[in-house]
Amino acid sequence: MSQQAETLQELADQKYKYGFVTDIESEFAPKGLNEEIVRFISGKKNEPGWMLEWRLDAYRRWLTMTEPKWARVDYPPIDFQDSYYFAAPKNDSDKPKNLDEVDPELLKTYEKLGIPLSEQKMLAGVAVDAVFDSVSVATTFKAKLEEVGVIFCPLSEALAKHPELVRKYLGTVVPVTDNYYATLNSAVFSEGSFVYVPEGVRCPMELSTYFRINASKTGQFERTLIIAEKNSYVSYLEGCTAPMRDENQLHAAVVELVALEGAEIKYSTVQNWYPGDENGKGGIYNFVTKRGDCRGANSKISWTQVETGSAITWKYPSCILRGDNSVGEFYSIAIANNCQQADTGTKMIHLGKNTKSRIISKGISAGRAQNTYRGLVSVHAKADGARNFTQCDSLLMGSRCGAHTVPYIESHNPGAIVEHEATTSKISDDQLFYCLSRGIGTEEAVALIVNGFCREVLQQLPMEFAVEAQKLVGISLEGSVG
Amino acid sequence: MLEINDLHVSVHGKDILKGLSLTVPPGEVHAIMGPNGAGKSTTSYTLAGRDGYDVTQGSIRFKGEDMVPLPPEERAAKGIFLAFQYPLEIPGVSTLTFLKSAVNAQARLRGEKELDAVQFLKLIRETAKGLNISEEMLKRSLNVGFSGGEKKRNEVLQMALLKPSLAILDETDSGLDIDAMKLVAEGVNALRAPDRSFLVITHYQRLLDYIVPDHIHILAGGRIVKSGDKSLALQLEEQGYDAVIGKVA
Ligand SMILES: Nc1ncnc2c1ncn2[C@@H]1O[C@H](COP(=O)(O)OP(=O)(O)OP(=O)(O)O)[C@@H](O)[C@H]1O
Ligand SMILES: [Mg+2]
Repeated sequence: MSQQAETLQELADQKYKYGFVTDIESEFAPKGLNEEIVRFISGKKNEPGWMLEWRLDAYRRWLTMTEPKWARVDYPPIDFQDSYYFAAPKNDSDKPKNLDEVDPELLKTYEKLGIPLSEQKMLAGVAVDAVFDSVSVATTFKAKLEEVGVIFCPLSEALAKHPELVRKYLGTVVPVTDNYYATLNSAVFSEGSFVYVPEGVRCPMELSTYFRINASKTGQFERTLIIAEKNSYVSYLEGCTAPMRDENQLHAAVVELVALEGAEIKYSTVQNWYPGDENGKGGIYNFVTKRGDCRGANSKISWTQVETGSAITWKYPSCILRGDNSVGEFYSIAIANNCQQADTGTKMIHLGKNTKSRIISKGISAGRAQNTYRGLVSVHAKADGARNFTQCDSLLMGSRCGAHTVPYIESHNPGAIVEHEATTSKISDDQLFYCLSRGIGTEEAVALIVNGFCREVLQQLPMEFAVEAQKLVGISLEGSVG
Repeated sequence: MLEINDLHVSVHGKDILKGLSLTVPPGEVHAIMGPNGAGKSTTSYTLAGRDGYDVTQGSIRFKGEDMVPLPPEERAAKGIFLAFQYPLEIPGVSTLTFLKSAVNAQARLRGEKELDAVQFLKLIRETAKGLNISEEMLKRSLNVGFSGGEKKRNEVLQMALLKPSLAILDETDSGLDIDAMKLVAEGVNALRAPDRSFLVITHYQRLLDYIVPDHIHILAGGRIVKSGDKSLALQLEEQGYDAVIGKVA
């Protein structure tokens, strides 16, 4: 065995670092899914009647739908009745008013994850909402945000305090019947973040939500809604982790972004759900629908994602470029190691004039993983002057993994300019030896080279998270050179 | 500093070095010349510990210690540096980032304190200045789009920063214009010290006008076939390998 291969083997034995379970008493809805469960969830949240009707409508439609099968992912049938659809830490039944009332076990959990929730210890300039299983446990820096009129709170709270806003926008970007998982989410979503940035306001800090699945046999269905009024700006980041479990857990989230005239939303994700073990046992099934609507002229939505976790990733953050001169961006790093399967990409729908989109995708495959970029660029007839640039780069580590690029281009406007470039490469032994000869060990060398490969995307992340993401890239590839 | 004794090396099953012996005492500069394919780069890779360069016989001792079992990064930390004949490109990784990783990785391996960003920047700026390497260049992806000469100067920068005890320069002068060659030579000469040795592999005696060697060795057919002083290079230049060493099988 070569020296490299040995190091790899050692590294491969390293374990997921967020795999612990918090021992906390939880309250569950009865197992399975039916109308009663939908009512139970809605009731737990004291939702208005229209919300319950909306959910029930979604549930009934979901019953008539089937799972999409077009993605390059392979998994046994999911038994939707063998899962809990609601889990909440028990002490939380009447929600904490401030951090002092949050269960110390929970605070410890977030500290272990590297996310201190007490405000004085926080990274300067980042407001955090933390979602534990089905409920939000803490939102920081609320007062400071309220001063400028920014609303940042759990969706359930928004439903209570700002029902008119939620009702106006919920489901307008991702319709209830959009797809199987989005419809399921519409029926049973339990928590998520709500952000509203008033006209002309530049949100004074990064907003961020950390999602944590803790309870066993529990699905997570969060729903996030971000509205940026005219000429406003907000940058939002979500992070996700889950304990190591032998079973597969379902995560089916929906994220909707609305950017009105001149507004800009920057949405970043560092997704590190448990990926399963090296033989493919356990791990999160991540079936997520994310879409942004550049509803106003001159608006901009930028997605940045670092996808390192999950057993299966099925995710296509998209932009509807409705407003003239609006801009959509998608920057993605997708890492699939061991037995992970990732099918991810974006959709850029050009409707308005002079709309521009930019897609930079970096896929890294290692072990026996399969990594697919799937992207659609669609230019409608009225989108004069539309432009797209797509760059898809794949990096293969070892010979047992696969990288696939599936671009779909539909242009109904002869003046549109759509460019697509794709490359596939490997880390060469020469490059690796060059690093080693300078004193850099194999593990660090791989991380260095891969981070270089991903640089264009990493640069898009807010400063506070770029370093974290770089480390994560290194960690998720430990043991992958061959 | 370096003692190579009866070294046999095979690369992917092919015997390339066949009984190479060479001793480089501390503070000395030794030049290695030899025809294409003689095994010069093979020697340098073997010294640096490249995977796949199997020592089948003989020994390599560096500061008295057996190097053969050590992986490349440990040899680097102990003070062996190789300036590559063909430096590699690493897209997306700046020279700054690469060298900071290298300096600190070596410090860790030696149990020394790592440099923080400020200390490192100060160090690299000073070093780069002497080699006429601009700040802009340090921020570019390592060797990507660099001209041949720029790549070689970057190798010398790395050497100057890592301050090895033994620097092996594999044709660092190839592809350099006269001014760049002088810069490189100055860079090397500035590092000459009683506790530092150099192994300079070159095809051209011109470099040796600037970096004056203590000894010159001719490597052919996988071993040192002739050694001498500086005049050997002149003789080679005038007469060619065949006349000086005869046909080597
Ligand atoms: N991976 C390999 N597999 C087989 N033969 C190899 C391999 N690497 C090198 N060789 C052979 O080993 C011999 C020595 O090569 P080496 O690169 O050491 O020569 P060199 O003296 O550095 O030549 P040059 O002056 O052209 O740089 C050559 O015949 C070369 O073809
Ligand atoms: Mg050579």
